[in-house]
Amino acid sequence: MTFSPELEAKLEKLMNSYPPGRKKSALIPMLMFTQDEVGSITPELVEEVARRIGIPTVQVDEVVTYYSMLHRKPMGKHHVQVCTNISCLLWDGDELYEHACKKLGIGHKEVTADGEFSLEEVECMGACSWAPAIQVNYDFHHHVTKEKLDEIIDSLKKLR
Amino acid sequence: MLFNAPSPLEVKILTRRLGLPNSASIETNLANGGYKSFEKSLEMTQDQIIQEVKDSNLRGRGGAGFPTGMKWGFLPRQSPKPKYIVVNADESEPGTCKDRVLIENDPHLLIEGCLIAAQAVGAKAGYIYVRGEYRYLIDILDKAIGEAYSRGYLGKNILGRGVDFDLYTHTGAGAYECGEESALLESLEGKRGQPRIRPPFPAVAGLYQCPTVLNNVETYCAVPSIIEMGGKAWAGLGIPKAGGTKLTCLTGHVNKTGVYELPLGFPVEKMINEVGGGIRGGKKMKAFIPGGSSCPVLTGEEAWPLTMDYDSMAKAGTMLGSGGVIIMDETTDMVKAALRIMHFYAHESCGWCIPCREGTAWLKKLLTRLNQGVGTAKDVDLVGDLADNMLGKTFCPLGDAAALPTASIVRKFRHEFEAKLARTLIAVPDMANKPFVIV
Ligand SMILES: Cc1cc2nc3c(=O)[nH]c(=O)nc-3n(C[C@H](O)[C@H](O)[C@H](O)COP(=O)(O)O)c2cc1C
Ligand code: SF4
Ligand code: FES
Repeated sequence: MTFSPELEAKLEKLMNSYPPGRKKSALIPMLMFTQDEVGSITPELVEEVARRIGIPTVQVDEVVTYYSMLHRKPMGKHHVQVCTNISCLLWDGDELYEHACKKLGIGHKEVTADGEFSLEEVECMGACSWAPAIQVNYDFHHHVTKEKLDEIIDSLKKLR
Repeated sequence: MLFNAPSPLEVKILTRRLGLPNSASIETNLANGGYKSFEKSLEMTQDQIIQEVKDSNLRGRGGAGFPTGMKWGFLPRQSPKPKYIVVNADESEPGTCKDRVLIENDPHLLIEGCLIAAQAVGAKAGYIYVRGEYRYLIDILDKAIGEAYSRGYLGKNILGRGVDFDLYTHTGAGAYECGEESALLESLEGKRGQPRIRPPFPAVAGLYQCPTVLNNVETYCAVPSIIEMGGKAWAGLGIPKAGGTKLTCLTGHVNKTGVYELPLGFPVEKMINEVGGGIRGGKKMKAFIPGGSSCPVLTGEEAWPLTMDYDSMAKAGTMLGSGGVIIMDETTDMVKAALRIMHFYAHESCGWCIPCREGTAWLKKLLTRLNQGVGTAKDVDLVGDLADNMLGKTFCPLGDAAALPTASIVRKFRHEFEAKLARTLIAVPDMANKPFVIV
């Protein structure tokens, strides 16, 4: 597998970040960075990462099943994550999540038919003082109301 | 970017450069006293640096509150193995969002803290473990690290003084348990985030089994001001036995939620009413959690007279924790709150030890039943018993973190559970692996 030149440069820097003989440390960051480009952790990606790091594929699989941000199924182009953990719940994060379900017509970890959006109810994302919070891919949005959520989603739809 | 307006009651030591134009850039940092403490530390011996940190009474800001100077003193002076600095930027304790504010607005402060720690113990490399969701902070840190290299503050022969130190960022991939120090080290070595048997502690056998200093972001960020002011003066910002300031995240039902830097020993009442602008809608406070959802819950009446420090909170039967204050007003449904907290721990249990894996799953099931109004009085007792039985029986503190808030909520708000009991018995579907909100 080959990746974009930017990603290849990033992976090279990554592989040089650990002491000699400690290449396995690069495993989780490499999965995160490559997943961003490939869209999900495919069987070919598992083999490629295992080959680059020099470990058996089973050691890659072990890690993929453990971490919640690594997924084998492709998510939507815009992955909408709504926090319903305690500080967000106190600002009606649960209602916001329900609203997102209705707005997108999908549920937890589902993808819209056109592949544009996916939705996930997530745990605390470190935005508790500006609740309720959502993340779309890696972008944070704070103090999100139902109206603001509609606006965010509608503006992403227009991007197509 | 600052997400909330500062409060005039803050004592801005760690956050003093926040809000300056381009505060994350090395130019702003250097023009406002940045890296001066590191330069000062180059004139000090290892013992002198560690002594200042001991004098400051700085205790770890990640949640456990272990004295930082003492921790650094545990590293062997002479070691055939390399030593490492590891920064815990996993910030995932519900209610906590302070490390993010520091890194986003003053990444060079963290780099300077790491440099001084490296000087204190003789480390030549460090890793900043950042939770996967904070990808934009990795970009900010990588840029800042690049600036520090080009200005000669990182790399070989730093400032021409014969000191070497390399610093790297490392992303996590979504796992609360990886905030626990030994699980973090496993994750940093490319494995599942399962905790290690201790002893040996990281100071002796940490990253790659080498002596390692592992601290929270805020802990490292406190060090430059300690070296600048002197440990004793820094301690004096707080109260005896709890030095300095603490970033406090006001969350939940207060008017001015936000992150504020307050001296240790700050009164809860003043924090809520003056810094936080009072309880939302002028309501009464029903419940209070001082530092993240892992702490035992206090009632409003218990919390009002306290001060924000380790001893005051311990005497009240809870912990100062991570600084994530969670405030719940009289409208809060405590059964639902208990369930949401348990939902989190059941999701995050790494599954290694049975009391935690099975206990959190059972508690979630029982609490779901109670929350849906189909539980029995026996279920309420069982929740209390199960939580009590998990305490102290698990491998890492996550088991206790799940049990403590639950046990305290059931004990203090039992009437709310009883008010929701079933009038007729019906079967409930299995809730394992379902999201919290069922649509
Ligand atoms: C389940 C669990 C999660 C934790 N999460 C974090 C975290 O996100 N950030 C953090 O700094 N410490 C966290 N800790 C505490 C660390 O184990 C460790 O005590 C801390 O990073 C040490 O640094 P300090 O002394 O500067 O606080 C967690 C502990 C446990 C048991
Ligand atoms: S207490 Fe829970 S999280 Fe900690 S080791 Fe045991 S199963 Fe894993
Ligand atoms: S509880 Fe939602 S971001 Fe922390």
